[in-house]
Amino acid sequence: MSSSATTTEERPAASSAGDPLLVVKDLKVHFPSSDGVVKAVDGLSYSVARGQTLGIVGESGSGKSVSSSAIMGLFHGSNAQLSGNIFLDGTDILTLEENDLRKLRGRDVAMIFQDPLSALHPYYTVGAQIIEAYRVHQDVSKKAARRRAIELLDRVGIPQPDRRVDDYPHQFSGGMRQRAMIAMGLVNDPSMLIADEPTTALDVTVQAQILDLLQDLQREFNSAIIIITHDLGVVAEMTDDTLVMYGGRAVEYGKTSEILTHPEMPYTWGLLSSVPDVTGDTSAKLIPIPGNPPSLLNPPSGCHFHPRCTFRDKVAGDLCRTTTPELVPGSRGSSHLKRCHLPDPESIYQAEVLPEIAPDLVEATDAMESAAPVAPAEAGGSAEPSAASAPIEAKEQG
Amino acid sequence: MFAYAVRRIIAGILLLIVMSVVTFYLFYASSSTPERFACGPKCTPAQLEVTKKALGYDEPTIVQWGKFAKGFVSGREFPDDAALREAHPEQVVECPPGCLGYSYGYSKTVNSLIKDKLPISISLAIVAFVIWIAGGVLLGVTAALFKGRFLDRAIVGLSLVAFAFPTFFIGLLLLKFVAIRWGIVPLPTYHDLTDNPAAWLSGLMLPAITLALVYMAGYIRMTRAFVLETMTEDYIRTARAKGLPRRVVVGKHTLRATLTPLVTLSGLDLAGLLGGAIITERVFNFNGVGKLSITAIQRFDLPLIVGIVLLLAAFVIVANIIVDLLYAVIDPRVRLG
Repeated sequence: MSSSATTTEERPAASSAGDPLLVVKDLKVHFPSSDGVVKAVDGLSYSVARGQTLGIVGESGSGKSVSSSAIMGLFHGSNAQLSGNIFLDGTDILTLEENDLRKLRGRDVAMIFQDPLSALHPYYTVGAQIIEAYRVHQDVSKKAARRRAIELLDRVGIPQPDRRVDDYPHQFSGGMRQRAMIAMGLVNDPSMLIADEPTTALDVTVQAQILDLLQDLQREFNSAIIIITHDLGVVAEMTDDTLVMYGGRAVEYGKTSEILTHPEMPYTWGLLSSVPDVTGDTSAKLIPIPGNPPSLLNPPSGCHFHPRCTFRDKVAGDLCRTTTPELVPGSRGSSHLKRCHLPDPESIYQAEVLPEIAPDLVEATDAMESAAPVAPAEAGGSAEPSAASAPIEAKEQG
Repeated sequence: MFAYAVRRIIAGILLLIVMSVVTFYLFYASSSTPERFACGPKCTPAQLEVTKKALGYDEPTIVQWGKFAKGFVSGREFPDDAALREAHPEQVVECPPGCLGYSYGYSKTVNSLIKDKLPISISLAIVAFVIWIAGGVLLGVTAALFKGRFLDRAIVGLSLVAFAFPTFFIGLLLLKFVAIRWGIVPLPTYHDLTDNPAAWLSGLMLPAITLALVYMAGYIRMTRAFVLETMTEDYIRTARAKGLPRRVVVGKHTLRATLTPLVTLSGLDLAGLLGGAIITERVFNFNGVGKLSITAIQRFDLPLIVGIVLLLAAFVIVANIIVDLLYAVIDPRVRLG
């Protein structure tokens, strides 16, 4: 696979403050299979600075986990074909030999996995696994390592750490396992922490605790964090920058506050429309994205999202189907990149998407600005609730 | 764990009792005439009646089983017929508690017969076990690590060949070339372990290898599959993400998880072999329990058949209990109770 096609994507994220710790440039992870090449990640670029948090969002199979495993060097020795650059503190990880790579893993970059029950070895105690992670990089006695393990278990909020250190993972609750996992990730003070859906397998109340913990620890250790998630709530809560991935490519990238309030790509709109809002108006509709994630083996031509895109008729001609849009700055400035042919996505979002998913928000904006362009949309928005509630009443009667 | 063990042992004993009843009915209540074998080819009908009575075969099966069970608990005397014992006190054979019966074919108690042959079968089984576990796990892990490459294909292919050939063929092949033509090992004979350990081992080598080859083939494939399956587990990815060297990831984290199913399988396989490897013993002319069972079946020596069947069953039941207890030791998630 040639890597010449995507020159515009080697654009550093303008929003990252300070000296970036991790710079990913035009990363491609391809898996050859008997049916062809699976392009799990196809030309991805981003950067994260110390003390900053990047959220990578996307559906399953969008390449978010694969790109992070590449940063860990976990594809070394597999049949995956990697190209591009991953600079960690100036060193290109992709050029390293397995032995140097191994020394990096766990020490400079640590990863917290999604399901802590399956990610912890069932036959070894939690303590033994943390001690092992520590001693592989530090030349310390077992005793010192054990003290360190207990100290970290205490730090991540596990009660009676001196006793729980000898428990097996199955004796921990889900939240405690994730805490132990975090303790294991932090044991070597890594400068880079990758959390792969750290809260997906947990209760909501525990989710909040874990996210809190991660934020505290980030402040304490000043590490860079990548959070891989499909939960936009987590993104809003935790991250400075957001990267939206679709079909192995970045489709929108910028400051989180920007992306969440002024999204410019229909897929991001779809993600936002799929989030239920607890406190919001009950008339707000959940609008699922139609269709299924694209095949990475035979991705759709042109824009990967076009078969599922409900806005593609707004683009002139056959552009969506024939031409892959570049990841370029939209109307919101150079730090907000989007991969979409839509002209003036901002006004489409304000006029057609927002009223559907957050009518109260639009009304509030209306009242404040009494802006004319939104008026027809507002009518649609207020008409919706009665239409939506009618079937429910019918159901209750029947 | 202790209460669990006790419960399992009691259940095992009950199972053995049921098995003894079933074997008794299967053989004793069949339409066969074991007394004819005992009496010999020139037996007159009158002699046949006497033999039948002497062996106790004239009584209902349930009574015969009762005597067997009583004999096992408190011992018994043979011949079974009290009048016959009066008439020929010199022929009375004492069978101490644990008695499994009396073989008229051999004119010995079943216990003494088994006791003679068992060390041979157990030696063979254990040496074979060591070879097949060591070889199977080693080659299986190697194949898994070189998955899809030449070494993997060679190991898997050869193990298939070993698996496909019948035991007697491999045995004869080894016997002919390794022992006779090349003289690498002496002709296989059984020596007592306590007399001469070196001779014991070298004498057992060929039959043990023959036996091991067949089992090894299966274990190579199983180990390979277990290792490959374990390597896709999340905790192996975690181990790699920690920065552990490959040998630790494979040798510690992967093998540890692979061990559990292997222990279960190998325990039961070993137990099944302790009761004799019929074909291998036959090929190498080893006088073990396997050969004894063939003779017992050919001669319709009912007490001997029942004795051997129960012994085998006991081995398997005991192995099962041990394996289950071991499981709790190996896998901390398993709580017995």
